[in-house]
Amino acid sequence: MADEVVLLDFWPSPFGMRVRIALAEKGIKYEYKEEDLRNKSPLLLKMNPVHKKIPVLIHNGKPICESLIMVQYIDDVWKDKCPLMPSDPYQRSQARFWADYVDKKIYECGRKVWTTKGEEQAAAKEEFIGCLKLLEGELGDKPYFGGEKMGYVDVVLVPFYSWFYAYETCGNFSVEAECPKLVAWAKRCLEKESVSKSLPDPHKVYDFVLHLKKRFGIE
Amino acid sequence: MATSDVKLIGSWASPFVIRAMIALKIKSISYEFLQETFGSKSKLLLQSNPIHKKIPVLIHAEKPICESLIIVQYIDEVWTSGPTILPSDPYDRAIARFWAAYIDDKWFPSVIGLARGQLEGEAKEAAIEQMSVGFVLLEEAFVKCSEGKGYFGGEKIGYLDIALGCFLGWIRVTEKMIGMKVIDEAKTPCLVGWAERFCADSAVKEVMPEIEKLEEFAKLLQAMYRAPPK
Repeated sequence: MADEVVLLDFWPSPFGMRVRIALAEKGIKYEYKEEDLRNKSPLLLKMNPVHKKIPVLIHNGKPICESLIMVQYIDDVWKDKCPLMPSDPYQRSQARFWADYVDKKIYECGRKVWTTKGEEQAAAKEEFIGCLKLLEGELGDKPYFGGEKMGYVDVVLVPFYSWFYAYETCGNFSVEAECPKLVAWAKRCLEKESVSKSLPDPHKVYDFVLHLKKRFGIE
Repeated sequence: MATSDVKLIGSWASPFVIRAMIALKIKSISYEFLQETFGSKSKLLLQSNPIHKKIPVLIHAEKPICESLIIVQYIDEVWTSGPTILPSDPYDRAIARFWAAYIDDKWFPSVIGLARGQLEGEAKEAAIEQMSVGFVLLEEAFVKCSEGKGYFGGEKIGYLDIALGCFLGWIRVTEKMIGMKVIDEAKTPCLVGWAERFCADSAVKEVMPEIEKLEEFAKLLQAMYRAPPK
């Protein structure tokens, strides 16, 4: 039976990008449906009634929500190709820990950088850079967080690279100057088609951020 | 396996620690329990969890594992000879993880404010409402996941039972504090039966704290959180 896979998504969402990368890594054919978040489709509301958020993966009619859960699901179902999670239980626990860390910290800290100014922004920048430095430390000298090959944490974190230009421009700083190894890692990931085709142009993301700032009256 | 090979840093009152204790009990793993002193953090805790500095931390063969749900999954994956905790079907696993994440990200924050006695007036009403709405959703989830059996995990306790059941002691304490039941026959009849079954289970009853002890502890917590403003 042919698998029917649909992804409800929104082009600048780093959470959606994670799922696009995972699906591409596994070579899974799917239908991409762009959602207008100001006018959510009946399908989205039906498939994710609890959170009403994207991304949502619909596999043979059944919805899976929350990007980390979706990536693990994709890894579980299509387990014979390009495994993303390590096989050792301790390494798996560490991968989950760092994915959880990215979720708790990177999006919120990054968001504060472009939505605030003055002292608040300065504090947000410091926190954001601190988080990136911690992740850079965890990467160490490995080519990827997953070791020799891209893995779960790489897929979870690399989408935020497409937002770095927006954060840097709004916050007047350079991620590369602060975390050169992390930027080198991101560029390494982008050499893979599964990543380069899943991430939008950072300048487009910046334009989107400017548009949001205007809409929400943030200078 | 030597007892000293497995250590759990935690506190008897923490629902997150209770999750790890239930999982270890299910797998019949002996371990050394290291009780943290209320109000301070031990050197071992700070060394083992330098990023979040929180309990529980499982230490297995000297390697630390942090975050309660990650610990439960680790326990399930390492000790494969005992009963399984996560569902075996990938879709059921995704559903169990979804609701566990909902409990931690959406439902728990509304409860913690109530338990700490920090909320008054409208904020308190909103938290009670959020907690109740959460339970109605979890009742629906129970009906779907249990497929007519006694637990979210089906015939036996599973991941989602542990993720929610660990809070039952605190839920009882909170119900007494606010003067109303949130798990009740009218709105969440299945959860009423599930709660009794869960607390009576052999893997749970020894690690679930007594309500009276929790109430005493709640008073300590409230005193701490009502302390003069910074």
